[in-house]
Amino acid sequence: MATFDDVKDVIVDKLGVDADKVNPEARFVEDLGADSLETVELIMGLEDKFGVTISDEDAENIRTVQAAVDYIESKQ
Amino acid sequence: MGVSGLRRVVITGLGPVTPIGMGAAAYAEAQRAGRSGVGPITHFDASDTASKIAGEVGGSLDEFIDPREARKLDRYVQLALAASELAARDSGLSAEELRGERVGTVVGSGIGGVKTFEDQAGVLHERGPGRISPMFIPMMIANMATGHVAMKFGATGPSSTVVTACATGTGSIGDAARYIQLDLADVMIAGGTEAAVTRIAIGGFSNMKALSTRNDSPETASRPFSATRDGFVLGEGAGIVILEEYEKAKKRGATIYAEIVGYGTSADAHHITMPAPEGRGAQVAMRMALNTAGVNPEQVGYVNAHGTSTHFNDLYETQGIKHVFGDHAGKLAVSSTKSMTGHLLGAAGAIEAIAVAQALRDGILPPTINLTDPDPALDLDYIPEGAREKQVEYVLSNSFAFGGQNAALLFKRV
Repeated sequence: MATFDDVKDVIVDKLGVDADKVNPEARFVEDLGADSLETVELIMGLEDKFGVTISDEDAENIRTVQAAVDYIESKQ
Repeated sequence: MGVSGLRRVVITGLGPVTPIGMGAAAYAEAQRAGRSGVGPITHFDASDTASKIAGEVGGSLDEFIDPREARKLDRYVQLALAASELAARDSGLSAEELRGERVGTVVGSGIGGVKTFEDQAGVLHERGPGRISPMFIPMMIANMATGHVAMKFGATGPSSTVVTACATGTGSIGDAARYIQLDLADVMIAGGTEAAVTRIAIGGFSNMKALSTRNDSPETASRPFSATRDGFVLGEGAGIVILEEYEKAKKRGATIYAEIVGYGTSADAHHITMPAPEGRGAQVAMRMALNTAGVNPEQVGYVNAHGTSTHFNDLYETQGIKHVFGDHAGKLAVSSTKSMTGHLLGAAGAIEAIAVAQALRDGILPPTINLTDPDPALDLDYIPEGAREKQVEYVLSNSFAFGGQNAALLFKRV
């Protein structure tokens, strides 16, 4: 849950969305309105926040909030 | 420009976002009061820059831009969006009337998103190219104010961006007017914007010895035409006007502030920053503005000068005005509103066009403040005593740029 809250903070910051819209199932593009540049910003923001490096291939597969949380937890 | 068979262009909306006021009413009131908008720099810690003063835009822009959207916009774009909203409201045009391919956009900037550039250059040096924001380029590039203004209104007509340093605002309005004259658009959203009160820009201008260092007296630092002037004071802000084809504006009962009747541009072809002696290049632009309107110098009652408060601009502009106007120069009123606002670079000509439109509409000429110790070599009537009640028929507005580019607009009372 701690990871989720931290991921949520990054999403709210980078995508400029309301916190209550950031639920585990939410998709970045379709539900949270991220465009291609914001998606890149989001991935970079996650890298900064959690001190991880996310490859372009991995980033392609991180399309939902839960996917981001799972990915971060798998790296820690 | 009816005289040359082209469609006529009038100003029907004013959107000033300036260090002396936001919105037409506040801006006009400050000019009448002769108020300075210059103060100590607050945008960054200016303890180690030579110039520590600037004209900053006070107050929040939240009314105009969602704060979350604002994070993705350089301040130079934010100021332009605020100014365009104010101009649109002032014009009384509906959202529908400001949309579509007969509505165009020309919103220039002298520099563009220099704060974004400064910030991301820091990221580059500290963390490498892999950490540069993907928003860096779209926030920084100089045409993005035009792009965002077009998106805001859904204006899909003629669009370009003028980047002629300190002549940008004047050139933007002049170029925009041509689209209407040539029947390529009925409405143009036009002007200039600048947000260069940043450490790297102040540092750069300071080292050119271009900026005033009268840091202990900010309000009196911008003192065009005075013997003790020591450089310009950087200002930030944006000026947007709504231009319309005259017959359509009249038909809808619009408030018409002034008509744009003449426009001239030129290059000194002389030096990167020094103006040409005797204002030789400036004279070409001023004469072109008069000639395109078929107006004699004697018909002009007021000149809104470039008047930067630098040694050579004020000297050569004065000489240039004397060459163009001959004996009539002695009867002209000439003032520099930069004495109040500071020098807004790419927005300067645009907020000065707004000042001119207000002068023609209200019959009040704005003053040159701080002119308490006139330079003996500069002997025109610079309106030093404060705003002057006087109705004139034609006004010329000058803007001259680094790079030697000059622009002049001629306005007529309607």
